[in-house]
Amino acid sequence: MSPSTIKVTVHRGSDKDTEARHTDTFDVPAYQSQTVLDVVSWVQQNADPTLSYRFACRVGMCGSCAMMVNGVPRWTCRTHISKVLVDNAVEIAPLRNLPIIKDLVVDMDPFFDKWVAAEGVHHGARTRHDPIENIEATSNSRAQADAGIECINCSVCYSACDTVSGNDDYLGPAALQRAWTLLNDAKDSGRDQILDAVSGKGGCHNCHSMGSCTVYCPNELDPMSAIAGLKRETTKRFFSRRKRGNNDA
Amino acid sequence: MGGNVRMRAPARSHPLWLAYILHRVSGLALALFLPLHFWILAMAISNPERLDGFLLLTESSAVKVAEFGLVFLLAIHMFGGLRLMAMEWLPWTPPQKTLAAGATAISFLIATLFFLRAI
Repeated sequence: MSPSTIKVTVHRGSDKDTEARHTDTFDVPAYQSQTVLDVVSWVQQNADPTLSYRFACRVGMCGSCAMMVNGVPRWTCRTHISKVLVDNAVEIAPLRNLPIIKDLVVDMDPFFDKWVAAEGVHHGARTRHDPIENIEATSNSRAQADAGIECINCSVCYSACDTVSGNDDYLGPAALQRAWTLLNDAKDSGRDQILDAVSGKGGCHNCHSMGSCTVYCPNELDPMSAIAGLKRETTKRFFSRRKRGNNDA
Repeated sequence: MGGNVRMRAPARSHPLWLAYILHRVSGLALALFLPLHFWILAMAISNPERLDGFLLLTESSAVKVAEFGLVFLLAIHMFGGLRLMAMEWLPWTPPQKTLAAGATAISFLIATLFFLRAI
């Protein structure tokens, strides 16, 4: 028998007024198969309508409901509250490493800006008049690209990463994994642009392989290995350029 | 109802992060040790009598324990570095990584057993 209520501590306030930041604690009725998002929604609908939080699809596709749950970044819509309760209590905070707008809502702009800065955009070389590129489904590069395409931009990896905390310029696991995916995509022709973007100041070589991105990714993707791939490709290009430079001279 | 905000430290208790911190801390400890090491070695030229005094210290059990710590740090840092290089430079699949780690552990165990028999 589970107890009838859960003790829920929620972080409140914004980065604009750090003095006013505080936590509120609520007693929330426990239900079967209740998710962390259900708990937050119950608080907003029944206890405190001023609580701000963000969600959309409730089924783990949109990537908007991620929060810190007992210090772990998680997708709250797919996390059962029963799996995270400690002494029948839970602490819910906004995602780490991003500016807090209000309560549990963070500003995702830095996250998406870095996605673009890592050249996480399509670099097409063909027009509508060209035939469609044939994709070899079993090729190694396609397997590498497929490994990363299920990213839902939830920013869980970005919040889990200590390198992101320590270095404002670091592009972060999600953006770099996107760059790795595009690098391996036969339909993308921005190889040099991507490698330039990820070998700069905030690029892949900042990664210390702490692995929190891979451990906490809710879709079980592996950004750490993707970043390792970028490290190999940028290094290979560095040495091949030097070799070419020497031959030219 | 209200309480003070204390951001909880993010959960880091997973093997990859522990491997990272062990590698980092052992590296720092070795970096601190090295100047001392070279300073004492330099005494062989600059002040041999004082070096002999230091070498007598190595008979004490406290220094023996410290030496064990040093070898331990070196081993951790070396295997940490090999792990990192394998992880980042060899695009192995997870089963391959498990096999490689297992093979290394077993060879290390056998080598240690041989070594213990020898001494």
